[in-house]
Amino acid sequence: MDNRSEPARDPLVTAAEAEQRRSAAARLFDIRRVIGALFVAYGIIVTLMGVFDSQAEIDKAEGVRINLWSGLAMLAFGLLMLLWQWLRPAEPPAEPEERGVIGPPEDSGPGSSKIG
Amino acid sequence: MDGGGLRLNMNALDYALLGLYFVTVLGVGFAARRAIRTSVDFFLSGRSLPAWVTGLAFVSANLGALEIIGMAANGAQYGVMTVHYYWIGAVPAMVFLGIVMMPFYYGSKVRSVPEYLRLRFNRPTHLLNAISFAVAQVLIAGVNLYALALVMQALLGWPLWVAIVVGAAIVLVYITIGGLSGAIYNEVLQFFVILAGLIPVTVIGLVKVGGVSGLMDAVRESKLGEAGLHAWQDTGSTANPLGAHWIGIVFGLGFVLSFGYWTTNFAEVQRALSAKNMSAARRTPIIAAYPKLVIPAVTVIPGLVALVTVQGLGAPSGDLQYNNAIPLLMRDLLPNGVLGVAVTGLLASFMAGMAANVSGFNTVFTYDIWQAYVRRGRPDDYYLRIGRYATVAAVVIGIGTAFIAAGFSNIMNYIQALFSLFNAPLFATFIIGMFWKRMTALAGFWSLLLGTLAALLTYLLYKGGVIHFNSDLEESFWGAGIAFVTVAVVAVILTPLTAPKRDEDLRGLVYGTGGIDLKADVLAGDTAWYRSPVLLGVIALALAVVLYIPVF
Repeated sequence: MDNRSEPARDPLVTAAEAEQRRSAAARLFDIRRVIGALFVAYGIIVTLMGVFDSQAEIDKAEGVRINLWSGLAMLAFGLLMLLWQWLRPAEPPAEPEERGVIGPPEDSGPGSSKIG
Repeated sequence: MDGGGLRLNMNALDYALLGLYFVTVLGVGFAARRAIRTSVDFFLSGRSLPAWVTGLAFVSANLGALEIIGMAANGAQYGVMTVHYYWIGAVPAMVFLGIVMMPFYYGSKVRSVPEYLRLRFNRPTHLLNAISFAVAQVLIAGVNLYALALVMQALLGWPLWVAIVVGAAIVLVYITIGGLSGAIYNEVLQFFVILAGLIPVTVIGLVKVGGVSGLMDAVRESKLGEAGLHAWQDTGSTANPLGAHWIGIVFGLGFVLSFGYWTTNFAEVQRALSAKNMSAARRTPIIAAYPKLVIPAVTVIPGLVALVTVQGLGAPSGDLQYNNAIPLLMRDLLPNGVLGVAVTGLLASFMAGMAANVSGFNTVFTYDIWQAYVRRGRPDDYYLRIGRYATVAAVVIGIGTAFIAAGFSNIMNYIQALFSLFNAPLFATFIIGMFWKRMTALAGFWSLLLGTLAALLTYLLYKGGVIHFNSDLEESFWGAGIAFVTVAVVAVILTPLTAPKRDEDLRGLVYGTGGIDLKADVLAGDTAWYRSPVLLGVIALALAVVLYIPVF
């Protein structure tokens, strides 16, 4: 926050700002854990289905063992998410008046660029 | 629509994958509840989220009902020209929002887009925009819900009303309980699940047609022909699949329509306002631009594959409509397992769209209508409670409009087209108000009102057959352009005749008045060069240009 060049103030906005001191946002969990867990579960289920795929199912997918490959890909993606969270855990709020920082400080790269 | 021919052969494990997803979505909602103590926590996630989360939520909020299904359908119908909706029709506006407009939105600490209008202009302008936004959101939520139910009915054989109630109940629970954090976290999750479902369809589709070169050969043989493979080549006239001239594409789609949607639609901007600091807020739409650049790979390519592999695709009604391109490919190509993931991804995308409408509505209703005009000065807990009631009301009204839509699906399409016209005058009012300090409050109100009426009038005259355009698309380009000019003319005429606002009241709201410090709340890591919003934005724009080269 900066007081040198305070923007125009409005009572409703200022009241909401004041309320933000009571914010519980710092207690928000880390979404990377949920994404990682869901994709690991999907990866395991779909990989196992891929291992036991019948010839008819492989033929349907133009001869590609799609369950096996996408299962392994989802498993790897889920593990990467968990690894990312483990290596760069969410920072606890440093000072009481500072905002809670939920994600990692590094936040522009992996999620957005790796996918697609 | 009888979906007998589209019915997918889902087995127990596919349903297990779908069920696991629904349980996770609800779990995220309940877990996000711990982080809600104030109204700011509920409506803006306590302004605490990192940029990659808000950025993916930003793109996900747009990956709703009409996006995946509709863009694949456009891919089959118009060919490669569909990429205009992404590369020129989205990315430049997203970059502009991040670099130029976000400092005013985030820096002024407004809690919604209508609230910006209240501070910049006056209360009538604010009320006009707040009410039209709120009405539009619940109507569009109903359209999204109806589209979701249609897909569940066709693919899974669920009765329409069961599908509507189940879809609505899940969205209701996770937003009422988890607030915007619940919505945003689920949108990030949905983003990945949607991709996990679409990538296998695309990959197997490409294998089936013999890779990219095989696909190109087959498209040349199809009814689209060579023109289906070029984005710009035939745009010197309107003799191309889209029927659009390059001037219409650049100014109509790329400027007025796209900037109107991406920069003033609160359902999108809300995601950026929940970011943890100015740098993260500015990067939100720019990070979203990167996935947006590559999403056509999993919508347009399946559309083209469907065009060349599904016999008779493009029927005016029945199972072979263009809209069924992706469901048909899923039925033909995906074995159980991946099929369950793909169905989950499709349903996730519908819920993402509706959730964005509902979370935008509850915030505007509570802060901009209830708190500003109905019950002022109550304690914060009161507004938090109102927000939860508003969410329930939005979903219930959404169910109602979904059933109306079931009876009049054409009318609902008109309503959606109509509201897209409201964006152009809103954007014009914003952009002039942000950069022209002198523009007065009264000029703001009348510009917005008359611009909206001009767009509406153009639309109604076109629908009534009084004036003629080649296509709906051409009408929307012209309607948006007329609205934009009306706003500018009214602003220029009225401003000199009315009293200006004082400079102190415009600090942080208008370009050149000061009051915005881009580095005020900067965190240690944000100074890294690769987190510069300007640099990231320029790279996104450059990529959009480069991607056009192979499909020129």
